[in-house]
Amino acid sequence: MAEAARQLSEELDRTSEVMSLQMGPSHPATHGTIKFNLKLDGEKILNCDVEIGYLHRGFEKMCEQRTWNHVVPYTDRLNYASPLINNVAFALAAEKLLELQVPDRCQYIRMIMSEVSRITDHLTCLGMSATETGAISVGFYMLEARETLYDLVTAVTGARLTVSYARVGGVTQDFPAGFAERVRSAFTDIRQILADCDKLLSKNRIFIDRMSGVGVMSKEDAISYGVTGPLLRATGAAYDVRKAQPYLFYDRVDFEVPTGTQGDNYDRFTVRFAEVKQSMRIIEQALGQLPPGPVRVDDPRITLPAKKEVYGNIEGLMNHFKLVIEGVKIPRGEVYMAVEGANGELGFYLVSDGSGRPYRVRVRPPCFFGMAALGDMLKGYLLSDIITTFGMINMIGGECDR
Amino acid sequence: MAETGLIAKVETAFPGKITESHSQHGNETVVIDREDALAIFRALKDDPQFAFDFLADLTAVDFFGQEPRFEVVYHLHSMRLNHRLRVKICVPEDDAVVPSVSSLWKAANWLEREAWDMLGIRFTGHPDLRRILMYEEFRGHPLRKDYPVQRRQPLVEERDPINNPWPKR
Repeated sequence: MAEAARQLSEELDRTSEVMSLQMGPSHPATHGTIKFNLKLDGEKILNCDVEIGYLHRGFEKMCEQRTWNHVVPYTDRLNYASPLINNVAFALAAEKLLELQVPDRCQYIRMIMSEVSRITDHLTCLGMSATETGAISVGFYMLEARETLYDLVTAVTGARLTVSYARVGGVTQDFPAGFAERVRSAFTDIRQILADCDKLLSKNRIFIDRMSGVGVMSKEDAISYGVTGPLLRATGAAYDVRKAQPYLFYDRVDFEVPTGTQGDNYDRFTVRFAEVKQSMRIIEQALGQLPPGPVRVDDPRITLPAKKEVYGNIEGLMNHFKLVIEGVKIPRGEVYMAVEGANGELGFYLVSDGSGRPYRVRVRPPCFFGMAALGDMLKGYLLSDIITTFGMINMIGGECDR
Repeated sequence: MAETGLIAKVETAFPGKITESHSQHGNETVVIDREDALAIFRALKDDPQFAFDFLADLTAVDFFGQEPRFEVVYHLHSMRLNHRLRVKICVPEDDAVVPSVSSLWKAANWLEREAWDMLGIRFTGHPDLRRILMYEEFRGHPLRKDYPVQRRQPLVEERDPINNPWPKR
């Protein structure tokens, strides 16, 4: 018996010829244009060289040609699964350069919309990953939950994805009437959907086998690779920019930072799952604290005048013209502003030369760092594990390649 | 972020090595020479009073028409002490070279590749300094201020990924 087992294990250990395989850049199972240059021993990954850049549009170069507010629509197209967080992060960074205090109501609205975006991003990532492991119903349930949130986003911003909601000095418009009620009823539905998904997955043998113990990364490696967000928290490090360096009003709401222990795909999944619930808690508290007031600063050098002024008198028209053509003048200086994006620390490093256009806009895209670590994460695992690990990094081409 | 007196601490730890420093919008910044860079970065990472275990970002800025032309900008963060520091190294156009920090932080590997690709900063000691967002045949460095926005690049021939792969093996 023992001899048979030994023979079998030798049989399985036998190494075959090393095979080179190019996976991508257009592969049906990777949502994102990316290429893996693989060295395989049978199905085992010996080496994985990740090639990115297929979606490079020259974001940083484009920003240098436009006024500060013209950059906002470009930021929508960074991480298009959570465009509101990018909008808000850019506006916050520019306001930090201006040393501008925006109204409390505006900051609360930004916080609420950022969290809505975080939930949509997580639901996209979780739903797709579940689909890829065979749990396609979970994927559809989560898309349904996401759609209720996109309806809310549409009601506030007028668009599902290309929201362009934040501006330097405020947001474009206030919440519509009855928004808080709509959020509460949407959250009732989402909580029910999440409970259903939890039932479908938490004891699902296929799902657990595909996710648990796969793509493991240690805490030290994650920190050294600059990995943040759910990937880092799955290793046990409770680093969250919202807690570590609170911005907006995250210090006024009560929420937890979920962490994992193993640093594998299963922990990454559960951390994201728990974060959706925490985000809903934040939104509910913030809606309760939401003060009345304006949603943008009242400063003719920064925000556009009311349309009545633009069409009614020459001063208003000139003010509008100057702001649109020349842009908001931001004093000379540099700033780095980090927020907690859905995938980790999203940073904007802005350099201004005092004109109406940015001198340099640098984005720290969170999933770029996850992709840098992917090669190491995959070593020794099977070819099919690429799909789940890549899914959990949640690479968004628009953000990674810019 | 509250004033942490970080600049004073850095200046005490590396006397005479900090050529310039400022604290703007809560971001503490020091400028160092590239000759001292690797030793300073290593100390910033290992010294328990700094403990910068996390390289948040690495990029460069092109101040075209000024001397020195490029600023290489490092954003360091400490997970344990929760503080941040920006370190800058100025390099001239004809000698845009800085030592690689990829041996200290693994994140630097791809970040330095990007800085090379986009701005043409060379990193000595980098294990694999090739383009990352652009393709091998791309000419120039697009984020340099003297790279025209409208410039078009010649079409390149399709590469056989097995017999003529990139990176070359």
